[in-house]
Amino acid sequence: MTTTSPTKTAPGFDPAPPVAGPARSRTRLKLGAGQQLKGGPFTYAALIVVGLGSLFPLYWTLVAASHDQQRVLDSPPPLLPGGRLWTNLQTAWDQAHLGKAIVNSVIVAGCITAATLFFCTLAGYAFAKMRFRGRGALMTAVIATLTIPPQLSVVPLFMMMSDIGWGGKLESVIFPTLVGAFGVFFMRQYLLEALPYELIEAAKVDGATNIRIVWNVVLPAARPAMMVLGMLTFVQAWNDFFWPFLALNQENPTLQVALGQLSASYTPDQSIVMAGALISTLPLLLVFVIFGKQIVGGIMAGAVKG
Amino acid sequence: MATTTPTRGAPAPRAGGAGAAPNGRGTWRTRLWRLDDIASPYAYIAPFFLVFGAFGLYPLLYTGWIALHRVEMTSLSQSDWVGFDNFAKILQDSEFWTAVTNTFLIGVISTVPQLLVALGLAHLLNYKLRASTFWRTVILTPYATSVATAALVFALVFRADGGILNWVLHFVGIGNTDWANGEWTSKIAISVIIIWRWTGYNALIYLAAMQAVPSDLYEAASIDGATRWQQFRKVTIPSLRPTILFTIVISTIGSMQLFGEPLLLQGGTLGSTGGTDHQYETLSIYLFNYGWKLGHLGPAAAVAWAMLVLLLLIALINWIVGRFVRKSAA
Repeated sequence: MTTTSPTKTAPGFDPAPPVAGPARSRTRLKLGAGQQLKGGPFTYAALIVVGLGSLFPLYWTLVAASHDQQRVLDSPPPLLPGGRLWTNLQTAWDQAHLGKAIVNSVIVAGCITAATLFFCTLAGYAFAKMRFRGRGALMTAVIATLTIPPQLSVVPLFMMMSDIGWGGKLESVIFPTLVGAFGVFFMRQYLLEALPYELIEAAKVDGATNIRIVWNVVLPAARPAMMVLGMLTFVQAWNDFFWPFLALNQENPTLQVALGQLSASYTPDQSIVMAGALISTLPLLLVFVIFGKQIVGGIMAGAVKG
Repeated sequence: MATTTPTRGAPAPRAGGAGAAPNGRGTWRTRLWRLDDIASPYAYIAPFFLVFGAFGLYPLLYTGWIALHRVEMTSLSQSDWVGFDNFAKILQDSEFWTAVTNTFLIGVISTVPQLLVALGLAHLLNYKLRASTFWRTVILTPYATSVATAALVFALVFRADGGILNWVLHFVGIGNTDWANGEWTSKIAISVIIIWRWTGYNALIYLAAMQAVPSDLYEAASIDGATRWQQFRKVTIPSLRPTILFTIVISTIGSMQLFGEPLLLQGGTLGSTGGTDHQYETLSIYLFNYGWKLGHLGPAAAVAWAMLVLLLLIALINWIVGRFVRKSAA
C-alpha cells in the first residue's frame, strides 16, 4: 500500500516525522493550544463560585445539625455552626437506630466491594487477555446490561427475596450487586494496557495453571485499578437508595434507608434529620479527603476509554 | 528446555508425536492444561452472568408475568391471571401520565443545564491551574454525597417558610416562593438537586475526553487564526461528540430512575404521591406508591414494563439523533 500510492499518503504522514519533534514543542509553547493556556483570574473566580456551590450544602448540613429546629428555620437563618451538634447527633442516633444502620452499611458496602473487586478483576482479565469463543459478543452483553435500570426488576426481586427467606435481610441488598458491569468493563480496560502478554506467557512456560497466573501475575498488576474500583464501588454501595429502601425495613436498615425513614415517616425535626445526614455522609467525606486524587483519577481513566 | 519439563501452550500441536509424552502422564497433564485453558475464561466471567441472570434478567422477564397477574403485597405467593387489566388500569390513570410527563420534564430540566455547565467547567479545569487536583476533588464532592443526604439538605434550602433560598431571594423581593408546591418550581428544585450532584462528575468525564484531544488539532486551528471560542466550538466539541452522546444516554437512564429526590423533597407522607397534586411525581415514585404503599404489585410491574418501553423509545430517538448528527458532521 505505502509503496503503490506514495502520493496519497505522503502529505498526511511523510513530512511530519522529521519536523514534528522540535517544531511541535515550540509551537505548543508559542501558540498555546487551548489546553496549555494558564487559567486567568476569571477562571479562578468561576471555579471558586462553583466550588462554594459544591461545598455549601454540606456546610449547611453541619450548620443545621448544630442548632435546634426553630433556629434553623428562623429568618435570617444561622450561617455559623451552633452548640447543639452533640445533642442532635445523639437524638438522631437513638431515634433512627443509626448504630445498627452504620454496622449494616459497613457490612453491605464491604461485602459488595470485596466481591466486586474479586469477580470483576477475574472477568476483566478474561475479557482483556484470554482468548475464548464468544468473547466479543459476551463483552457487548456485559455493557448492554448497564442500560437496564433496576426499576424494571424490583417487583419480582422483592417477591423472590421474600420467597427464599431473604426478605428484609441484608442478603437481599448485597447479592444483586455483587458483580457490576461497570467494574468488569473498568478492569478490562485497565488490564488491556497494564498487563503485558509476555508476563502471562512467561508464567505459562513456567507451567503455571490459569488460576495461579491470576493469583501471581494478574492480581498484582491490577492492584492500582482495584484500589480505584474499590473506592468507587464503596461510594456507590454506601449511597445506594432505591432498592435498599424497598427491600429493607425500619428494624434492619442501612444508613440511607434509616435516613429516608427518619424523614418520610412522621413530621420530622429538621435539625435531627440533618444530624442523621451528617452521620451518614461523614465517613465518605473522610474517604474523599484522603483518596480524592485517586477517585478523580479513576473516574477520568474510566471515562477516556469509555 | 521445552522438552525436559512439560510446558503449557507449546505441547498441544505435537501431542500426537512420538517423543513428546513417553509415559502417558504427559498427555494426561496436557489434556488437563488444555481443559484449563478452555474452561478458565468462562469460569472467570461466569459470576457476572450468574448474578445478572438471577437478579437482573430473570426478574426482568418475571416482571412481564407479574404484570399480567393480580399479586398483592399482603399475599405474595398468590397470583391470579388478569390479562392486560393492569396495563389498562395504569394507562387510564391520569396520575400515570402525569408521572410520565414529570419524569420527562425533570429529565430535560436537569440534564441540559447540567451537561452544559459540566462542559464549561471541564473547559476551565483544562487550563493550567494551581492546585488542579484540589479543584477537581472539590467539584466531585457532591458525588460522594448520597441521594438521601442531598435531597434532605435541599429540602431545607427550598423550604417555603424558613428556607435559606427564600431568605436570600427576599433581598431582591421574591422571597415567598412555595417551591415544593408549585408545578414548575418543584421540578426546578428537584432538578437543582440532580444538577448539584452530577455536574462535577460529568465535568471530569468531559475533562478526560478533552485531554485526549490531540494538541495538533489546536495548533492547526490556532495557525489558521481561530480564536479560543472558535477552537472550543470547532475542535473541542466535535472531538467530544461520542463522550457527549455517552453522558446524554447515561443521564437519560438516570432520569428514568429519579426516586430519592422527589421522595424526600417534602418529607412526611407527601413523598410517596409526589406532592399534593403529584406535581413532582416521577415514574419510580408512581411504581413505589402502587406496589409498596398501596400494595398492588401487578400494576407496579406494568409500570416497570411501561418504563422499559419508554427507555426503548428514548434509545431509538437517541440513535436517530446520533445518526443524524454523524451524517451532518460527515
